[in-house]
Amino acid sequence: MTNIYIYILVAGIVSTIIRVLPVTVFRKPIKSRFVKSFLYYVPYVTLAVMTFPAIIDATQNKIAGILALICGTVAAWFNQSLFRVAIICCVVVFAVEIILV
Amino acid sequence: MNNIYQNSKKTIIKEGIRDGFPIALGYFAVAFSLGIIARKANFTPLQGFINSFLNHASAGEYAVYTVASANSAYVVMAVMTIVVNARYLLMSTALSQKFDEATSMLHRILVGFTVTDELFAITIKRPGVIEPLYNYAAFLIAAFCWSLGTACGIVAGELMPLRLVSALSVALYGMFLACIMPEARKHRIVAVLIAVSFVLSYFASRLTVFSGISAGTKTIILTVVIASVAAILFPHPEVEDDD
Repeated sequence: MTNIYIYILVAGIVSTIIRVLPVTVFRKPIKSRFVKSFLYYVPYVTLAVMTFPAIIDATQNKIAGILALICGTVAAWFNQSLFRVAIICCVVVFAVEIILV
Repeated sequence: MNNIYQNSKKTIIKEGIRDGFPIALGYFAVAFSLGIIARKANFTPLQGFINSFLNHASAGEYAVYTVASANSAYVVMAVMTIVVNARYLLMSTALSQKFDEATSMLHRILVGFTVTDELFAITIKRPGVIEPLYNYAAFLIAAFCWSLGTACGIVAGELMPLRLVSALSVALYGMFLACIMPEARKHRIVAVLIAVSFVLSYFASRLTVFSGISAGTKTIILTVVIASVAAILFPHPEVEDDD
């Protein structure tokens, strides 16, 4: 269990370097079109990969997870705030599982 | 003159707190659900608090819990952190253009440390050059609630009925959706990529051929492959200027 602190430290150091490096080093825009495009796509792909199918595995009932995904997607699509989308997903799962579980 | 300067400093800090407060409330709730995941990975409340304060990124911390509970190598942790936080490279790059040239290196480093999706958003929206004090004020209140929320989730997660845990555990995915969908609406290619990512991620997790590969490694491989192919086929014309 002690190595949990090492995981935290490794992630903390790496994420800090990622955050700090560009502000201190890159004074001019990155030129490579590939790198720019790649970096632009990375967050959306990563977050999508991490969301599905994890969201349907997190709940007790898969239908609840699928409905949370659909409702959350619709809410986010219409630019609802981060907080509101999160709450909508929770409420959907709660309501569906009251009926199905 | 000195007095005016002092006042404006106060105003900047006040504005930071004002803008950071709603973010902090949202963070507390989402971090609570992250705490539930942290609990499953056997993290103590203190470990959750420290992790949240140092990493302050939902996806990044989620990666820590995934990697730690799988007992993967520290290298996997480092690579995973780079992959899930790669967007901060872009945000930090965007911020680097917004600094006053006279801003000291220390302020640049500290402001860089405060970057999260939401704090980046309010910083970019603010007219003029970056005022480090504004970022510190907004960050401190938001990060404190974020860390506290994680610790509370680890503590109270155990006391909560299964039904409530189940419901709260999707909050994080809701947050991910809120981060990606607005961009998908603006750019059809992003929407397509998200759909492709969903499908490939589903197969990667369900097909027995890939069952030997850890979830974290799968995320890295899928991200690099999908984003690379997309960058070659559909180079994004104006990455920084689309807002």
